[in-house]
Amino acid sequence: MSNAPSNRMVTVRNPQGLHLRPADMLVRLATQFESTLRISKDGQWMDCNSILSLLTLGATQGTQLEVSAEGSDAENALAAVCALFEAGFHEMNEIEDTANPIVDR
Amino acid sequence: MKFADFIQTGAIQASLQATSKEGVIEELVQSLLDAGQIDAEQREDIVAAIMKREELGSTGIGRGVAVPHTKHPSVQKLVGTVGVSESGVDFDSLDGERVQLFFLLISPPERPGDHLRALENISRQLRDETFCRFLKQSKTADDVQQLLQEADDNQFVSG
Repeated sequence: MSNAPSNRMVTVRNPQGLHLRPADMLVRLATQFESTLRISKDGQWMDCNSILSLLTLGATQGTQLEVSAEGSDAENALAAVCALFEAGFHEMNEIEDTANPIVDR
Repeated sequence: MKFADFIQTGAIQASLQATSKEGVIEELVQSLLDAGQIDAEQREDIVAAIMKREELGSTGIGRGVAVPHTKHPSVQKLVGTVGVSESGVDFDSLDGERVQLFFLLISPPERPGDHLRALENISRQLRDETFCRFLKQSKTADDVQQLLQEADDNQFVSG
């Protein structure tokens, strides 16, 4: 079992950036792993288990972040986090109806 | 971004009367209307949009804090206000705790960066427990305003 931290670079792809919902998704994802997940912008490391911490990154679209995972399932945790960033937190195709923000369904 | 850049001083509510999620949102939106920051005819539309966002997942982010928000085409710039509830309100928060401190934000749809920078400022300042506690203990809008000013002057966190 290798417990050395694994690191990987990710890019914020979704237009809205790392706002509250993506931060919430990251925290929920991080809790599924035993490994400790952290994210950094410009060398400033934040725990992935705190929405408040993630929001302080203020990561807009295009921002490069470094993800670090340390623990028994580090590789799986890293892969999952990278996939979530790659998917743009599932809001890449969100239709912004600016003329009528209230969508009746 | 600093609090002074988006918190409308005239709309701060240091003693919220509402006891429900929708009630708090209505009270804070009304205070922005009373402060001349939003159009009267947009009031209900804005409240509904904020409630719609809450349905996607509560904006109660823990520590007794919530950040109800929406984009809305009727605002030209990011407008926000602060509300304090002495008894706290059930807001379906992520940590299950009642919410005492509210930062309500309305941003122009085409400016996601401004919304992010406001969230960044709010979260960075609230990580300081003293600031968070003092805000919740505020009794008047002036108390809140003074704390926000001190935070803007970096008296709670460095950098």
